[in-house]
Amino acid sequence: MSITEYFNLLFTDYTLRTISLGTSVLGAICGMLGSFAVLRKQSLLGDAISHAALPGIAIAFLITGAKDTNILLLGALVSGLIGAFWIRGMISKTHLKSDTALGLVLSLFFGFGMLLLTYIQKQPNANQAGLDKYLFGQAATLVESDVLLMVLVTAIALVVVLLFWKEFKLLLFDQDYANTLGFNTRVIDILITFFIVLAIVIGLQTVGVVLMSAMLLAPAAAARQWTSSLAVMVFLAALIGGFSGVFGTAISATQNNLSTGPVIVLVASFFVVVSFVFSPTRGLLFKQIRLIKNRRDLQLKKTLQFMYGIAQTHENIDHPHTIRILNNFQGFTKKSLRKMEENQWILLNKQQWSLTLKGFTEAQNLFNQQTQHE
Amino acid sequence: MTQKIAIQVDDLTVAYNYKPVLWDIDLVIPEGVLMAIVGPNGAGKSTLIKAILGIIEPIAGSVAIYGEPYKKQRKLVAYVPQKGSVDWDFPTTALDVVMMGTYGSLGWIKRPGQKQTKAALEALEKVDMLSFKSRQISQLSGGQQQRIFLARALVQNASIYFMDEPFQGVDASTEIAIINILKELRKAGKTVVVVHHDLQTVPEYFDWVTFLNVKKIATGAVKDIFNDNNLTKTYGINYKVAVNK
Repeated sequence: MSITEYFNLLFTDYTLRTISLGTSVLGAICGMLGSFAVLRKQSLLGDAISHAALPGIAIAFLITGAKDTNILLLGALVSGLIGAFWIRGMISKTHLKSDTALGLVLSLFFGFGMLLLTYIQKQPNANQAGLDKYLFGQAATLVESDVLLMVLVTAIALVVVLLFWKEFKLLLFDQDYANTLGFNTRVIDILITFFIVLAIVIGLQTVGVVLMSAMLLAPAAAARQWTSSLAVMVFLAALIGGFSGVFGTAISATQNNLSTGPVIVLVASFFVVVSFVFSPTRGLLFKQIRLIKNRRDLQLKKTLQFMYGIAQTHENIDHPHTIRILNNFQGFTKKSLRKMEENQWILLNKQQWSLTLKGFTEAQNLFNQQTQHE
Repeated sequence: MTQKIAIQVDDLTVAYNYKPVLWDIDLVIPEGVLMAIVGPNGAGKSTLIKAILGIIEPIAGSVAIYGEPYKKQRKLVAYVPQKGSVDWDFPTTALDVVMMGTYGSLGWIKRPGQKQTKAALEALEKVDMLSFKSRQISQLSGGQQQRIFLARALVQNASIYFMDEPFQGVDASTEIAIINILKELRKAGKTVVVVHHDLQTVPEYFDWVTFLNVKKIATGAVKDIFNDNNLTKTYGINYKVAVNK
């Protein structure tokens, strides 16, 4: 199946449409809420929470003995929330740094979850197979009711983000100040954390415990490169997340049924790489180009200033001087002389140069121009 | 003195972990003073402000703002945190940061409107930053960032201002601009409390001073108590400052 066939099938094939809708909605909500996690410098929180959700899935299965997705995800939600608030408590009540607390909760819960999973697999229960899909996710198992749940959660999250936009922004930027203004920052914090946990939980079936954090971080990190407005960043992250979902599903459906979750994450990571290199303001490429251009520009102007100093020793500024005179001046090259001639700052005549009127006025105003740029 | 009392602190004790950072602080700050809190590093200057503002939970003691608990009087108080306490790479503009000063009066959920925008623009003008209103905050210099923080507090239109090291890492022109605004606030009858590091400028900038080193050493008018004796008690060395001019 080729990509174009996929997009044709998207409108006719029910299963493919369901899965694509699911992964795109998931990408969108993760991008939106992931922006908040990234800006709070809690990038790894998502990783810890998603791993913390695993024992909840196993316990929910052990209690009910059934593989009903909603019940398993409810278990994941409970244990994810316990993990998240345990981390919060650990950071505020002990000397532990947040990375230590995250690491501890992550490995503790994940280890416990794996233990339960192996225990379940040894049980004489025909129903047990397939629980391990929550490790790496299996988008193919998405059905309409799963997608409906995703859409519902996303819609609620969107309403909450819009309602509490001002409070979220304040908390993200300056928590102490938010406190003094009379906002209960604990409530705002719990609200954000709760929805991040919720987004992770609904993504477990599709992307899995192990890769879920990338869904939160990658779109947000990519979006940050393109904008300096919080609103645009959140919107862009949701868009990139949604795109990653659709494209990831398309690639995985067309290429020998590659596992969907990892492909989505790879597509999102591709967006990150592209953004880090090609973003016009923060991207590495343009930054480097600007840097080199600026240095060249400054070198050229410094050379001009040096010439200006020499020219001033003569009564008429266009008096020719030998090029050798410049030799002990750093930053002067044959190339820069030619560039200066192109700018009509100087005239070159064999081994001699002379300042033009344009070059003279340019040199006079150099310092003023340079400082005004600041 | 018949001045009203703006801030009264009784028996305030704060500890991180086991070691007390502030010990049994009693402090009365009259209305309308421009007060410096001075003391060595680790003396608890920032902690004192944060404890008064309820950002840090004290172990014991109470704080009254115009005779009432702080929680009831929030709207009378504005806070300028240390510039380094936030991430200036946060994706937002100067105007947007100043707008945050209006959030407290708006309360939950309500969005700022034209009235708030106008107030924020006026505050930006006061700190001489109007032309930078759409500037990315990461593109501002240290002094400009400090001015933005001051503008954010000015928008709150409070009676009492707490400022945590506003002169740290700013150039002379910003320092003068800020102190002039603070003096204007005092002239308007506001009370301003500033954590300050530069002892040389205390007599010039402030009329009231509190010496702090875990315990309160002294508090009062600069002309009465800013002397070698108190400086030595606070800093533990014989600190010669030219106050007896």
